[in-house]
Amino acid sequence: MSAAATAHDSEAAQTHEQRALGFWLYLMGDAVIFALLFATYVIMVNNTDGGPAGRDLFDLRNAAIETALLLVSSTTFGFASLSARTGNRGAVLFWLLVTFGLGAAFVSLEIREFAGMIAAGAGPDRSGFLSAFFTLVGTHGLHVSVGLVWILIMCGQVMMKGLSVPVVSRLFRLGLFWHFLDIAWVGIFSIVYLPGLL
Amino acid sequence: MKQAVEKLLRAAPAAGAALLASACDLRHAAVLDPKGPIALAQRDLLFDAFFVMMLVVVPVIVLTLLFAWRYRASNTKATYAPKWAESVRIDTFVWVIPALIVIAVAVLVWRSTHKLDPYRPIASAVPPLEVQVVAQDWKWLFIYPEQGIAVVNQLAFPNGRPVSLRITSDTVMNSFYVPQLAGQIYAMAGMQTRLQILANQPGKFVGRNSMYSGGGFSEQHFEVVSLTPADFEAWVAKARQAPGKLDAAAYTALAAKSRSNPIAYYSAVEPKLFDSIIAKYTHVHAAPGAAPRR
Amino acid sequence: MFGRLTLEALPLYSAIAAGGAAVTVGGALLVAIVITWLGAWRYLWTEWLTSVDHKRIGVMYIVLALIMLLRGFVDAIMMRAQQAMALNSGGYLPPEHFDQIFSSHGTIMIFFMAMPFMTGLVNIIVPLQIGTRDVAFPFLNSLSLWLTASGAGLVMLSLVIGKFSTAGWTGYPPYSGVEANPGVGVDYWIWAILISGVGSTLSGINFIVTILKRRAPGMTLMRMTPFVWTALCASVLMAFAFPALTVACGLLALDRIFGMHFFTNAHGGNMMNYPNLFWIWGHPEVYILILPAFGIFSEVVATFARKSLFGYKSLVYATAAIAILSFTVWLHHFFTMGSSANVNAFFGITTMIIAVPTGVKVFNWLLTMYRGRIDFHPSMMWTIGFMITFVIGGMTGVLLAIPAADFLMHNTTFLVAHFHNMIIPGVLFGYLAGYMYWFPKAFGFELDRKWGLASFWCWLIGFYLAFMPLYILGFKGMPRRMEQYNDPSWQPYLMVAAFGAFVVLLGIASMVMQLYVSIRDRRKTADVSGDPWDGRTLEWATSSPPPAYNFAVLPEVRDREAFLEMKERGVAYRRPAAYEDIHMPKNSMVGVAMGAFAFVLGFAMIWQIWWLAAASGLAMWIAMIARSSDDDSEFKVTAAEVKRIEDARYRALATKTGSRK
Repeated sequence: MSAAATAHDSEAAQTHEQRALGFWLYLMGDAVIFALLFATYVIMVNNTDGGPAGRDLFDLRNAAIETALLLVSSTTFGFASLSARTGNRGAVLFWLLVTFGLGAAFVSLEIREFAGMIAAGAGPDRSGFLSAFFTLVGTHGLHVSVGLVWILIMCGQVMMKGLSVPVVSRLFRLGLFWHFLDIAWVGIFSIVYLPGLL
Repeated sequence: MKQAVEKLLRAAPAAGAALLASACDLRHAAVLDPKGPIALAQRDLLFDAFFVMMLVVVPVIVLTLLFAWRYRASNTKATYAPKWAESVRIDTFVWVIPALIVIAVAVLVWRSTHKLDPYRPIASAVPPLEVQVVAQDWKWLFIYPEQGIAVVNQLAFPNGRPVSLRITSDTVMNSFYVPQLAGQIYAMAGMQTRLQILANQPGKFVGRNSMYSGGGFSEQHFEVVSLTPADFEAWVAKARQAPGKLDAAAYTALAAKSRSNPIAYYSAVEPKLFDSIIAKYTHVHAAPGAAPRR
Repeated sequence: MFGRLTLEALPLYSAIAAGGAAVTVGGALLVAIVITWLGAWRYLWTEWLTSVDHKRIGVMYIVLALIMLLRGFVDAIMMRAQQAMALNSGGYLPPEHFDQIFSSHGTIMIFFMAMPFMTGLVNIIVPLQIGTRDVAFPFLNSLSLWLTASGAGLVMLSLVIGKFSTAGWTGYPPYSGVEANPGVGVDYWIWAILISGVGSTLSGINFIVTILKRRAPGMTLMRMTPFVWTALCASVLMAFAFPALTVACGLLALDRIFGMHFFTNAHGGNMMNYPNLFWIWGHPEVYILILPAFGIFSEVVATFARKSLFGYKSLVYATAAIAILSFTVWLHHFFTMGSSANVNAFFGITTMIIAVPTGVKVFNWLLTMYRGRIDFHPSMMWTIGFMITFVIGGMTGVLLAIPAADFLMHNTTFLVAHFHNMIIPGVLFGYLAGYMYWFPKAFGFELDRKWGLASFWCWLIGFYLAFMPLYILGFKGMPRRMEQYNDPSWQPYLMVAAFGAFVVLLGIASMVMQLYVSIRDRRKTADVSGDPWDGRTLEWATSSPPPAYNFAVLPEVRDREAFLEMKERGVAYRRPAAYEDIHMPKNSMVGVAMGAFAFVLGFAMIWQIWWLAAASGLAMWIAMIARSSDDDSEFKVTAAEVKRIEDARYRALATKTGSRK
């Protein structure tokens, strides 16, 4: 291998390393947003203004299914990452699409839950509690939706560009994002849904 | 440039005279001229901290000017030590001295914050006079539950007797501020904050809203009157003669936006009016964590 | 179709407001005409607007900051004039106009003057000081700039279409809520801040990665310059504090647009949550602004005292300590909200603890001057003026940090005087010192000293005249933000303060003159050596202005004062044996485009033109996706090209060094 090529490789490695660190920092900033939304929710959980409270609205079964979908999707994303490491393009595509399906199911369940609450007169403008609930859970839902779009884009890139260095580097960051959303959801499940029902 | 300097020089005597005048004027500045024990204690705290801080401020200013002059480039007689950049002894000194000062002030803070907690009743042989305060756009309503009267833009009480205020807002956030007697605290809808007042002697003071609240904010001031106990009785009696009664309808009319309201008296007040103003916003009682202390 | 936008949005409600709009539109037109006349649009577009070069981005940030400084200062002098007049009268401004002015003054000075000024200086200097060719994410850097600019654009636009917020720069609800403030003013404020806030968060991330991952060989953390250290700490605060502002403003926007109840009076809203969220960002923000200024003072004092900085390690630890502590003090902004004595006392004490590392820094600068050889360059004068003035502000800050004393002084002009006493000497003097110190590095010629000194003296004297009276008025119980008043004893002080603002105006005029004179005399003061002040750090090792790639060969660092050490070792100007190809990022128009879309998005959200909001939002996403899929974002500067540029520099050095040194 020529000296120039080695230099180019090390440059690519440096680029990947910088982007990974940058993305970690972005996720930590995002974590600050979630932390403050959690804090806001906890402060406002009893401000129901005489309207419905969590125990009147939450469906534990639905939340449990959502949790399962997201946790499994994290695992399937893990398989996609492993396949990327071995260079198996077809497997990467397959697992990405499975992840997409699970994520899409999650989002549709959440939309159904939101629509049902709004139809029952428990929309985000009903009370401080519901504003906080919709904003916290909705922010997570929006993140998942962005993740879904990103998965589709990465599928396109894998098909068109193959598992090139920049594509794999992007897959790595998408993975960080997806797992991060999983963790945020675990927080939502245990801070919003469980205490709301117990 | 030259013109600018000349302009400055011409203005200098005027500014100097103004400074001199202000030194005399300052003695009567509201914050520096307290008329009750709470404001006095708060002001003394200000002075204590000020003098402690001077231990740092004065040396820094003097040394900065001194070093700048002494080590100016043209003064080649002064020692020049371009590589001298470390000294454990001095480093320790510059960390420890400010730390000691801060520890001293921190003790002051801890004690005074508890002693002057606006929720803590003033120790006194006389039971406090209860007054309920409502901030409105753009005026202040004072309700006297014991006396059964209410007043707009005037807070009167007997000197020597502590006044215990319960404060809320029927509009946006306000801050109830009487610099010569008690300082300030926010007034917020659906919540109640507290402030304690005690005036040593009869006198008239200014009270204001210090928190910007819209177009009429600048005119939202009120009169604070400390009266002898006898005069206070007379004042209450006068208020009881007033034709106006503060029932629900009169309250709604009063609460509408208005500016520069004159002082007005109400001889009667709808029972529990203050609580109902708060309850209007809470519906059910707010969570314990969400409301400030009662 | 046009949401809330109608012809009534034009500012014809008062002659002064209409005049402001006319000046804004006229100014923009004038600039456009001048550019057209010069035939400079293409040059501007290819060389500047689409540039991803950190130096050019930095310059554009500073241009933005200086323009906004003028706008913010016009607000200031209008307020001072109003208050000087308005005893028992309405002065010349009606309340609804005065209230917009104090709101836009604060918003502009913090978000669109101080932030871009700081980000600009960091952009130009940090990569040079750590010996790298660019920031970690050059495109993101351009995007940050244009997001900030579009936020500033929205504030300017509010002069022409609609009104700006009257809720102050802090925008406390419920006053800023939709019930008390149904117009577009608060929305202008929210969207200007949300959009530029994203830019600041991204800048923070960019500079953390740049500083941690791109330092020249040999530059360990403890060999970084004080400015780089402070930039690093400020970047960490930017990355982690700005999300709190996003949450505070975002929730307020949800309240206003969708009728939610985060901060409303009724329906379970909790207005007390807003000041908490806002100041969790707001207090670190003070240090985001002030830490880099501290870094500049540290550089300037060492250079112009011609002496190594005293207590470098102390200074680094003090910087880090301030950064961490800045997250623990936010409640001191509202001691008067009814928290318990324990809570108030806790936050009062944490606030004072910050005074310790700050005091350490002041002593370090003082001891750097001790046994130095001080050259009173304008940058050094800003530094000395800062040290003397800043300790006064620090002292009044400690007074306000005592909760029981704060009950007396909160919300008064004493508070206004205090924070201006921190921000003007502590932040602005620092940036101006940096501006006059690094100007030759950015443009290749020096700024005129005489006008620089004139500007300094006007600013310093003007500052004292403008703000000392406000301290006194605070003692006299004058609340901030008063459009008129009834206490005749206040007026003389307000007149002095207005005079002070006028003196500051002379300072700003001197800065304009300085720029004019320096550009006129640029050949006489050209900086051929690249090192006009006998500097100590790496930015002086390259030419002025530096080539696009900064360093033909990345420098090898052996000391904290890397360039001084090279000069002492005699290798500072040694030519390398050979040059290599250099890869540099390509220009991109996506940053400008996304900034423009963000501007339209903000405008559409403010006026509730939903289709336009959706369209511009979508356009932003498409632009970003297209950009992020692009693997071909670099170009090559060949070794021959590098050699040609470097040869020219060495020729110039050879002809000039003999005569200058």
